[in-house]
Amino acid sequence: MQRVLIIGATSAIAEATARAYASRGAALFLVGRDTPRLSTMAADLSVRGASVAGTHTLDVNNYNEHAAMISAAWTALGDIDIVLIAHGTLPDQNACATSVETALREFSTNGTSTIMLAIAIASRLKAPATLAVISSVAGDRGRASNYLYGSAKGAVTVFLSGLRQSLYASGVNVLTIKPGFVDTPMTQSFKKGALWAKPEQIARGIVTAIDKRRAVAYLPWFWWGIMQVIKNIPEFVFRRIKL
Amino acid sequence: MTLAGQSWGRYPITRQKIVPLIDRQRELPAFNGWALPYGNGRSYGDSCLNPDGTLLHARGLDRYLAFDPASGLLCCEAGVTFSEILDLALAQGWFLPVTPGTRYVTVGGAIANDVHGKNHHRLGTFGHHVIRFELLRSDGSRIICVPGDANGLFEATVGGLGLTGVITWAEVQLRRVPGPWMETESIRFNALDEFFALSAESSTSHEYTVAWIDCLASGKSLGRGHFLRADHAPGEPGAKPVASSSSLRMPLTPPWSLVNRLTLRPFNWLYYHRQRVPRRRAMTHYAPYFYPLDGIGDWNRMYGPRGFLQHQCVLPPSHARDGIAALLHEIARSGMGSFLAVLKEFGDLPSRGMLSFPRPGTTLALDFPNTGPNVFALLDRLDAVVDEAGGAVYPAKDARMSGAHFRKAFPRWQEFQPHIDPRFSSGFWRRVME
Ligand SMILES: Cc1cc2nc3c(=O)[nH]c(=O)nc-3n(C[C@H](O)[C@H](O)[C@H](O)COP(=O)(O)OP(=O)(O)OC[C@H]3O[C@@H](n4cnc5c(N)ncnc54)[C@H](O)[C@@H]3O)c2cc1C
Ligand SMILES: NC(=O)c1ccc[n+]([C@@H]2O[C@H](COP(=O)([O-])OP(=O)(O)OC[C@H]3O[C@@H](n4cnc5c(N)ncnc54)[C@H](OP(=O)(O)O)[C@@H]3O)[C@@H](O)[C@H]2O)c1
Repeated sequence: MQRVLIIGATSAIAEATARAYASRGAALFLVGRDTPRLSTMAADLSVRGASVAGTHTLDVNNYNEHAAMISAAWTALGDIDIVLIAHGTLPDQNACATSVETALREFSTNGTSTIMLAIAIASRLKAPATLAVISSVAGDRGRASNYLYGSAKGAVTVFLSGLRQSLYASGVNVLTIKPGFVDTPMTQSFKKGALWAKPEQIARGIVTAIDKRRAVAYLPWFWWGIMQVIKNIPEFVFRRIKL
Repeated sequence: MTLAGQSWGRYPITRQKIVPLIDRQRELPAFNGWALPYGNGRSYGDSCLNPDGTLLHARGLDRYLAFDPASGLLCCEAGVTFSEILDLALAQGWFLPVTPGTRYVTVGGAIANDVHGKNHHRLGTFGHHVIRFELLRSDGSRIICVPGDANGLFEATVGGLGLTGVITWAEVQLRRVPGPWMETESIRFNALDEFFALSAESSTSHEYTVAWIDCLASGKSLGRGHFLRADHAPGEPGAKPVASSSSLRMPLTPPWSLVNRLTLRPFNWLYYHRQRVPRRRAMTHYAPYFYPLDGIGDWNRMYGPRGFLQHQCVLPPSHARDGIAALLHEIARSGMGSFLAVLKEFGDLPSRGMLSFPRPGTTLALDFPNTGPNVFALLDRLDAVVDEAGGAVYPAKDARMSGAHFRKAFPRWQEFQPHIDPRFSSGFWRRVME
């Protein structure tokens, strides 16, 4: 039986992933800031087959509460095989450009909080556990439309790359998940085209990448190709493009 | 987000705002104008559409509240589909008490149309198996609705076409089955009278009965077809159906309907003659048995960009034989045969909803490609036959019946009206109230 801790559990992608683990009979511990939704989810996941569905309320920007959450998770599950960090927000770039307070909070939500959680959790994990974190293709290169979000995700991606190396000898795997466009509440106001994926599709990709102990997973896979092209556009061209 | 909304018939196509519901505990999102809940869009006409208004998309309410594998009592949010319920419950020995011909309907949609299946003569409609549900109204109030309550909201909401508020969750009693297999028997019959004889004989011996009619046959062969009866049967529990998930798809909409005068006659002829022997028995997996059309994803596209029109009516027992014959005559005479014509006798269990469609008698379901005014004229002639026989047309499959016809066939509409949420309406409702 797999024991799975999910932070940002009410995210559409995380919920779809939790369902996949529930149907395997996993023991789950769900962390998020919306307490009523966490209990709705816990009941649902129990019906779907989860052997345990514990919950814990946490706003990830309250750093002094991280340690208590982590102890609660380990107490509830005994030991942990898989951790998924999924929380995030998609801030308005203009709002971040005009308010330091907004920019700092958004960078904390999407970058610093994730890194601090990863540090604290990594020290507890034992082989062959996996720490999986949702970063984004937006972290591969800064673009005018959302570079505060992109730079926070980029910080996470770089951090995880280092953490993966440092944990390699211990047998703990670190997985960086880079979704492309996903149809979730975060992107509700966007016009959806052919490149858009459903959360269930991303969830299947996450579970497979964890099972296969991958290091980096672009989801769906074709984003790897798109990002190779985008990363390789020379800067003197890239700066003229509207993206 | 303004989107072109479509029902399963792809006619009419209307524009409305679509707002997803994701959390049943939250209040309804703000909206302008009329709102209408939307399940999975498996209704054919405009009963799930709301031109220039808002659709509250309830498919995202897809969580279970509880399931007791000992008693088969299931409590789930209204956006859970029948397909998902089967995935969960069948492995534990439970099945839907009543199911329509597609498993891609939501629990909310099934309640709002009080859907029926091939076992209506035994188990009635879906509403008969609903223990209770929560209704969320536009004023923010939440009402737990149970049958027979003085407020009448259960009876108004079952078959209530989504007009009384949003169903957030419902408790449903599932039924025990020995496994996923069906013991089926298919019997060829040569005329309408034989259908009624087979139906009478089978109603006590078999749980599921339905017939397919060759609606291009006329004269002595009028009403010939295949009678299918079935029961749940024990069998290998783990076995998977062949091609269960939609592996076949209509990848795009052809520029004109593939169902037309050229293809209909051979199709109906072949279908009638596919079975050489008069009787054939088989063990069939439940998926191809109950949901033959679900095997082809987006099959509704084969009718081309103009979509198609369904016509399903029920005629009371006293007028059933002659009325069905008159309808089949009318269709044969028009030469506009239906791709699928399905005939079934309903049982006597009174439906619970004020506007429920099922009632004692015989029901005939047809579909026609939208080839323009001649189809609408034919459908009006069919309505006239139904009207004369004292029957009714099914709102879930209608895009064009007249208001007068609806109000006559659903006489409790006036009792229903005060239960409508003051901020809810639909394309269908505005049309039939004109
Ligand atoms: C291939 C096929 C076969 C079919 N066979 C049958 C059959 O054998 N018997 C039968 O009875 N029907 C049959 N139908 C029709 C279908 O069962 C009904 O139209 C059903 O109601 C569709 O459910 P839906 O979830 O797609 O709802 P929609 O079509 O989206 O909506 C249907 C109605 O439900 C309301 N609604 C949806 N969700 C909610 C909610 N949460 N709260 C309140 N109201 C809500 C809507 O406002 C609308 O009025 C068939 C349809 C198809 C495509
Ligand atoms: N959708 C995409 O196109 C896309 C693309 C690439 C990467 N991603 C990433 O995928 C992850 C999941 O996002 P999603 O698409 O599933 O969107 P989502 O459904 O909006 O989920 C975001 C989740 O983060 C939670 N959250 C936000 N701030 C928080 C805080 N301070 N404390 C605790 N929880 C907080 C939210 O909680 P509440 O429910 O309480 O608000 C919500 O559950 C995110 O990391 C996102 O950046 C998404």
